[in-house]
Amino acid sequence: MHFEVKVEVSPREGIANPEGSTIERALPALGFEMAGNVRVGKVIRLQVEAESADAARSLVEDMCNRFLTNPVIEDASVEVLGP
Amino acid sequence: MSHRVGVVRFPGTNCEFDTIDAIRTLGGDAEVLWHADSSLKNVDAIVIPGGFAHGDYLRCGAIARFSPVMESVTAFALNGGPILGICNGFQVLTEAGLLPGALQKNVGMKFLCSMEQIEFVSTNNVLGKGSTVGDCVEIPINHFEGNYVCSPEVLAELEAQEQIVFRYTDNPNGSVRDIAGICNEGGNVVGMMPHPERATSVLLGSTDGAALIRSFLTA
Repeated sequence: MHFEVKVEVSPREGIANPEGSTIERALPALGFEMAGNVRVGKVIRLQVEAESADAARSLVEDMCNRFLTNPVIEDASVEVLGP
Repeated sequence: MSHRVGVVRFPGTNCEFDTIDAIRTLGGDAEVLWHADSSLKNVDAIVIPGGFAHGDYLRCGAIARFSPVMESVTAFALNGGPILGICNGFQVLTEAGLLPGALQKNVGMKFLCSMEQIEFVSTNNVLGKGSTVGDCVEIPINHFEGNYVCSPEVLAELEAQEQIVFRYTDNPNGSVRDIAGICNEGGNVVGMMPHPERATSVLLGSTDGAALIRSFLTA
């Protein structure tokens, strides 16, 4: 079966996120002084062939650990969107 | 003496000829090693030069790790062979697991292109011959992702094992502990963000990079 999978890559807690900080500093110029803790990551969507949703998740988690993310600076959360 | 240096070229590398020119000017010989060939052509040392290997897609250096040449480069490193990663080459070496930590976007989100003063923190590596801890050299930087980060445990190890090679005297990019370059435990693999090959002529504003490359050629 084909599964549509979404990977959200985010900067690890405790690692500075210069993109997020820059956006955070700009938001008050538009009146959004209430915004804080801005973090910028990225989203990767892919299709995988697997026997079940769990198997699809497990495959993509393996891809994350070995390639899609750099565990020194990034965390990944994997979501199987459906077949 | 390392007479022959292999300079790795990936699609998107753009500093290979500057590096080859600097090495030849300083008395060594150098040739390009194409990323898709696994042969290292029996070179005595390897430089992974600056640029944008594989377009820096996904993360800087992330795709380069899969180029056929990298398996040979890794074996060469584990065998004690001298390797220097400059700028994007430093990023490639961290992604390939030959050096610890990672390089992320500069604090301030600016592409930085400037002459920087860096100080030798350790000379126990392939760039340190003829230099003394505390020596300061002027070497230009040219990067957007030169902000070195690592876990506190790795940082403690780097400090304890004298693996921090250079620190900036005036940190331009937010690197932890002002780190500009590090080496592996053996000191045979060095990665640095500044470009020593661009500091080998008075015309370029500094000749301080020559000592580092000369050291590398005799490693």
